[in-house]
Amino acid sequence: MLGFAQLFASRLVKAAAILIAIVVMNFFLVHAAPGDPATVMAGEAGAADEKFVTQLREQFGLDRPLYEQLGTYIGKVVQGDLGFSYRQQRPVWDILAERLPATLVLTLTAFILALAAGVALGTLAAVTVGTWADSAITVVALLAYATPIYWIGLMLSLLFSIQLGWLPAFGYETIGAGYTGLAHVADVAVHLILPVITLALFYMAGYARLTRASMLEVRSLDFVKTAKAKGLTQGRIVTRHVLRNAILPVITVAGIQAGQLVGGSILIETVFAWPGIGRLAFEAVLQRDYQVLLGIFLVTSVMVILFNILTDILYGLVDPRIQVSQ
Amino acid sequence: MSQFDLLRTPTETAAMTTPLLDVRGLSIALPPGADRPLAVDNLTFTLNPDEILCVVGESGSGKSMTAHAMMGLLPAPHVRVSGGSLLFKGKDVLAMPEAEQRSLRGGRIAMVFQEPMTALNPLMRVGRQIGESLREHTDLPAPARRARVGELLAQVGLPNPAELAEAYPFRLSGGQRQRVMIAMALACQPDILIADEPTTALDVTTQKQILDLIRSIQAERHMGMMFITHDFGVVAEIAHRVAVMRHGKLVEYGAASDVLNRPQHPYTRQLIASVPHYIEHRDDHAKTGAPLLVADKVRKVFNVGGGLFKKSKPVVAGDDLSLTIHPGETVGLVGESGSGKSTLGRSIVGLIKPDSGRILFEGTDLLALDRKGFRPYRRTVQMVFQDPYASLNPRHRVGDIVAQGPVAFGEDHGRALARARELLAMVGLDGSAADRFPHEFSGGQRQRIGIARALAMEPKLLVADEPVSALDVSVQGQVLDLLDDIRRRLNLAMLFITHDLRVAAQVCDTIAVMRRGRIVEMGTARDVFTHPRDAYTRSLLDAIPGKAWHIPDDLQKIPAGAH
Repeated sequence: MLGFAQLFASRLVKAAAILIAIVVMNFFLVHAAPGDPATVMAGEAGAADEKFVTQLREQFGLDRPLYEQLGTYIGKVVQGDLGFSYRQQRPVWDILAERLPATLVLTLTAFILALAAGVALGTLAAVTVGTWADSAITVVALLAYATPIYWIGLMLSLLFSIQLGWLPAFGYETIGAGYTGLAHVADVAVHLILPVITLALFYMAGYARLTRASMLEVRSLDFVKTAKAKGLTQGRIVTRHVLRNAILPVITVAGIQAGQLVGGSILIETVFAWPGIGRLAFEAVLQRDYQVLLGIFLVTSVMVILFNILTDILYGLVDPRIQVSQ
Repeated sequence: MSQFDLLRTPTETAAMTTPLLDVRGLSIALPPGADRPLAVDNLTFTLNPDEILCVVGESGSGKSMTAHAMMGLLPAPHVRVSGGSLLFKGKDVLAMPEAEQRSLRGGRIAMVFQEPMTALNPLMRVGRQIGESLREHTDLPAPARRARVGELLAQVGLPNPAELAEAYPFRLSGGQRQRVMIAMALACQPDILIADEPTTALDVTTQKQILDLIRSIQAERHMGMMFITHDFGVVAEIAHRVAVMRHGKLVEYGAASDVLNRPQHPYTRQLIASVPHYIEHRDDHAKTGAPLLVADKVRKVFNVGGGLFKKSKPVVAGDDLSLTIHPGETVGLVGESGSGKSTLGRSIVGLIKPDSGRILFEGTDLLALDRKGFRPYRRTVQMVFQDPYASLNPRHRVGDIVAQGPVAFGEDHGRALARARELLAMVGLDGSAADRFPHEFSGGQRQRIGIARALAMEPKLLVADEPVSALDVSVQGQVLDLLDDIRRRLNLAMLFITHDLRVAAQVCDTIAVMRRGRIVEMGTARDVFTHPRDAYTRSLLDAIPGKAWHIPDDLQKIPAGAH
């Protein structure tokens, strides 16, 4: 297992380097946009003169040269301090910590559901290739992939919340109900259903198509012929020989998408009024809340890197040839 | 079986029992639009216990299809059995329900495939892959299955069975993988073993080991064996009976000694006549003038693997490689896969830059030249590649493929095209060939195009890297004759790289034998074949299948290049 530990260590070192580069780039990217928090705050305050804006800038350190601001920022980040949001008058880390769980619950549930359903449907389509079941799955996948995600969200909410009244239309929990313990979990779960399904449908479609294509390719390989010649049952051939090999490209794509899920749920969070990171990012952009925006960028970058490492490890576990070529 | 029976020859014993396998009027239909309606047409033969039946034919003859039909491996629904029956111990396999067929597959009838590199699941430990058969067809508990897997691996001659069972296929060599395949096929002690070209993808010494193994296991267990091959040398080595197939039809069927020594059908006679035989070495080549090419102590090391925290591993592909080629001489570079023969060939053509040593072409050291200085030599040294299917650009017309080289060197396009047509005619293709695309040609025709392409540059030296190993034996003969004819007409020098000693014997004046990156022996074809000095050369010669078989005199052709 030495090779495994070595692989992991080398990935961590690379990840740290990448992370620093990301922090620097994010910083400049944010400052490249015109306007700063001082002008926005001054604008919101109504009658503001030049002096007030300058005073705000001095207060927040925005009048310092850019490289000095960068130095301060990196120094703080390395110490685990993401800064202070002057807009909300709270530390950035507190704001993120408040929003992160909601987003993670939403996206991870959707991701796992999408992966499971996508691989299952793709496998079913590949096994029944050319029949009505295959065509039906292909059509459904294509529709789910092509339809705008917010539209599906709106339609689902229209049907299940407004017409049928089965599920809550928006929010993270029933406001003011004050549930605790299991009742709270159940409450969140009910609120979770619609946004999760909406988000999962889109990703599921991709995984289903990918799994189907990959299975059909693997199915024609020689070792599948060997498995048939051994007299194995169809089910065993599909699960043990075809699927196991066909899943590799799905893992690659899923790994890339898993990292993006945190930032990629802005639309869903907006449609379902979900108090997550996505909406926080959106608001932060509108308010020029640099510190919060940089914090979100950092958190999502860490997620991407984390999921990439996880994917690599998973790959090494599924495919024994990977570790050797490393 | 009684003591008395054991003394009889297999065929005599067979006459008294029901055949293991009785194929009656089997026809397999191809989908509409294929080059012929039936892949297999009204095929009838029997296979007895304790007998090796060799099914011989060229690619597309339907020999593999027959085996696949037996194993239920035909690509349904496009290809299906359209008539006849396959009786296993008197019961029609094709009429059985799927579950019963499945219990035969891998249980009573097992199969070994051609490509050991791809026939094993890359993500599953080999022990488990063998154990799967046992799990399906027996009710042995897991520990007993593991023990049996170990026994099987030991039986097929693999060292450290316990350790090997835990290995993944990519850790094993081609020969080892084929042994694993055989162990897998033997797992449930089948009555019939079907082997579909099991040694074709292997080196000659490995081939000999695998053939010996297959033969001894077959004799030990009295299995009926259907051995599919295109190689009459292999047939001579192991067959009791032979069935020759062509275009889906059985053209000749009989005892091995009859078919090999007294072939009746013209097609069988043609096939046997095109078998290269190592006795046919050429007369010595009279070396004249200064050498055209001298390779002097060429060394090439490849660095494999490596990364941020890991040092790469050096692999010596060629070391201290020295040889000379005179004008008009054909030098054969012979060796097994991984011996470094292609590395030397590619170094001479300039596709690889050796680490040290000199390659002198007419006195100029090619390795000392820069890109620009080397360019004229790209013309004079040309290469013919191994795979005629992959080495021609499928989007270009054949005429353009041939004319491209001269055009790149400043030749007028029209003139180059006219010359291309001449060359295509010279390699035996008709005039319309220039306007067609590569996929419209067969493998042999494509290799002719590849040769025409090389000749268009008017080279002085041709490096042919396994030019015939992807071709059927009768086509192989034609391409070799063509190469020899051209060589003589244009007084070309040739470096002929091959793993097949029989082919080398047919076309080469001088032979260099390579092993593990070194030339172990070099001499005239006559010396190397009749008085091999190196032990490795001897083992290579010894491993040629069917060397005990003497091709019938009336079918021996005059050795190519004999004056």
